[in-house]
Amino acid sequence: MSEQVLTRSEDFRDVVEVRGANPLRDPRDRRLPRVAGPSGLVIFGVTGDLSRKKLMPAVYDLANRGLLPPGFSLVGFARRDWEDQDFAQVVHDAVREHARTQFREEVWAQLAEGMRFVPGDFDDDAAFEQLRSAVEELNASRGTSGNFAFYLSVPPKFFPKVVQQLKKHGLADAPEGSWRRAVIEKPFGHDLASARELNAIVHEVFDPEQVFRIDHYLGKETVQNILALRFANQMYEPIWNRSFVDHVQITMAEDIGIGGRAGYYDGIGSARDVIQNHLLQLMALTAMEEPIAFDAESLLTEKLKVLKAVRLPEDLGAHTVRGQYAPGWQGGEQVPGYLQEEGIAPTSRTDTYAAIKLEVDNRRWAGVPFYLRTGKRLGRRVTEIAVVFQRAPHSPFDSTATEELGENAVVFRVQPDEGMTVRFGSKVPGTSMEIRDVSMDFAYGESFTESSPEAYERLILDVLLGDANLFPRHQEVEESWRILDPIEEHWERHGGPAQYRSGTWGPEEADEMLARDGRSWRRP
Amino acid sequence: MKIDLTDTTASKINKALVQGRRAIGTPAVGMVLTMVIVTDEENAYDSLKAAEEASHEHPSRTLVVIKRLARTPRERTRSHLDAEVRVGADAGTGETVVLRLYGDVADHADSVVLPLLLPDAPVVVWWPVNAPEVPSKDPLGALAQRRITDLYAVENPIAVLEQRVVSYAPGDTDLAWTRLTPWRSMLAAALDQARTEITSAAVESEAENPSAELLARWLQVRLRVPVERVVTAGPVVTGVRLGTEKGEVVIDRPEGPLATLTLPGQPARTLALKVRPMSELIAEELRRLDADEMYAVTLRGEHTKETATHV
Repeated sequence: MSEQVLTRSEDFRDVVEVRGANPLRDPRDRRLPRVAGPSGLVIFGVTGDLSRKKLMPAVYDLANRGLLPPGFSLVGFARRDWEDQDFAQVVHDAVREHARTQFREEVWAQLAEGMRFVPGDFDDDAAFEQLRSAVEELNASRGTSGNFAFYLSVPPKFFPKVVQQLKKHGLADAPEGSWRRAVIEKPFGHDLASARELNAIVHEVFDPEQVFRIDHYLGKETVQNILALRFANQMYEPIWNRSFVDHVQITMAEDIGIGGRAGYYDGIGSARDVIQNHLLQLMALTAMEEPIAFDAESLLTEKLKVLKAVRLPEDLGAHTVRGQYAPGWQGGEQVPGYLQEEGIAPTSRTDTYAAIKLEVDNRRWAGVPFYLRTGKRLGRRVTEIAVVFQRAPHSPFDSTATEELGENAVVFRVQPDEGMTVRFGSKVPGTSMEIRDVSMDFAYGESFTESSPEAYERLILDVLLGDANLFPRHQEVEESWRILDPIEEHWERHGGPAQYRSGTWGPEEADEMLARDGRSWRRP
Repeated sequence: MKIDLTDTTASKINKALVQGRRAIGTPAVGMVLTMVIVTDEENAYDSLKAAEEASHEHPSRTLVVIKRLARTPRERTRSHLDAEVRVGADAGTGETVVLRLYGDVADHADSVVLPLLLPDAPVVVWWPVNAPEVPSKDPLGALAQRRITDLYAVENPIAVLEQRVVSYAPGDTDLAWTRLTPWRSMLAAALDQARTEITSAAVESEAENPSAELLARWLQVRLRVPVERVVTAGPVVTGVRLGTEKGEVVIDRPEGPLATLTLPGQPARTLALKVRPMSELIAEELRRLDADEMYAVTLRGEHTKETATHV
């Protein structure tokens, strides 16, 4: 045994010498966490909600877990008359309120030293010059080595301005041996044409592999677990096809309404807001073939293949449904309807519920419908992927025994209560033969007090590490719009959204849509 | 829910576990490993608490084996087993059985533990104190994939460390090594920034600190330079200095959780390096259950020995 260890470490020593790598790192040393290399993060729109509630706390949590490099720096850019200390105070408050891990002075001290604030408008050249000198100063004083990620937490209409400014002031060009990355958030356009335009603008300045599109669903443990379950096990993949699967339901339901987001939401609607990115990504992960390796390039190849194979139903009227929430009671609270929300015109045709049927034209999935639905003010907040299997082809039990038996299902619970559920038939204890559905749940424990990394934490760390596995590329975004655009066009021309009472599981039309196929929605 | 069993057997304990699970209404078992804690009465409470906290990350069945010393010669011959079965809210996220062994059965603890292991799930044995001389040859240790000892809990740590070098078997690990992870992580991160050859190294710590010794050996193995051991007032490890041509790379933690990192040609900056509680150490141990090769290499200080014979 000792000899074996010796030879292996010898081998590795050669590798070390060849690459001139850090001698303290070793692939066998798996206790050492994936700590990001020397780097800094610049956030545009740092005063926004997302930044305060998600980004700043995520940065702190990463530092608290010891995953940020010494000297990590955080630069805020916004139109505020702030000094560095004011900015630090804002971050401090945000962290205190929203961080998931315990607040510790020493971690804060480590972070606070590297905080800078640059006040200014996006078309203010002087401000970008100041940003550039801040970046250079940090390289010198904190050892960030020229590695910076630019997080554009701003509405898409400002993207062109910001990326152009970054280019103009030489911030987008990485010095030799370092990197520059751009992080952008949805919406990635509102149709194929606008998505292409946006991508063109961003890619004029940053290469495709430098651009990280955040889809926070992909940062969730369960979503990554879909790949582990499918491709690390033997028992699922043989039945993961049209011979055994009857259909797939992907649901993302919210119990809240549009809240204060009327300006953003009206005219966009739930299909563009959720189906185009989150649900189609979940569908791609569920349906794709095995990637040849677990890296960004291979994952992109497989996801893109599935998205390209997606076919829309011929009769869009019969197989898509949209709705708007009407006044009602949601979870014990009386709530207004969409048209009564502040800032929404009473004639608005924006969908707050959308359900569509898609098929995947390949050998694995031919004839298996994928039903995607999303909505606001539904029964409860839940996101899940349910793979529903065909009934057993023959049953030796008489029909009274299996009256209560449904179809088998494997359900990935994405949120809340992440985990997996398997539904199957089991005998009811007793002397008579009675079979009914039972559910078996699996939930991996959460990391204790410091609960498991939040999606944003994971994604920010991945950006700093340059690991693009969990980020959709522009081809996927464009392909998703190609799928959704005809549906939106159809909706534009035909009828209006169906009304559904708040707190229910959507309009009756959606139930009819599945009934037409002889199926019904799961109650998630 | 708690069930007390006196003068009992493993099969009765198994029945009580099933009964307890049914009574709290969650009969399904979702645990990923069995944790066996071998300890004395004095350390049982703290160890169990740490294990239960760690079970939030790794849902597990925890078996606490307490060997009781009987006071009178007559009791010494009377062999019996008492158990306390805890499920639900009383047992973290898994279930816990506290086993008290009196008399002869104390020498055959494995016969009690074996029937109580979760089927087909990994087993981890942890000795908070009084670890056996050769953990892998211990009857309980032999049941486990992973054997956790703690050099902080022995009288003469450096001597015991030498013994561990000889007795090492894949699956052995020590909390003195676990405690070093943040240090090692930050040192590696520091060298990510200062990409130069290291020409000398020194580890500063209180006297007879086993973590410091392991850290020194690790640096010796990885950097292939002699590592000086410097005794300071402590507490535990207080600093590491790595000499390069351009100057020193230093992580200095004189006291408290705040350390300073100095790289040549760059201003000093602060680093959070806290001493982690036992529950976090155990949770880290449970994250990987295969052999820790780097620990083996570090224990042996392989490269130095090798150069010594070859040069």
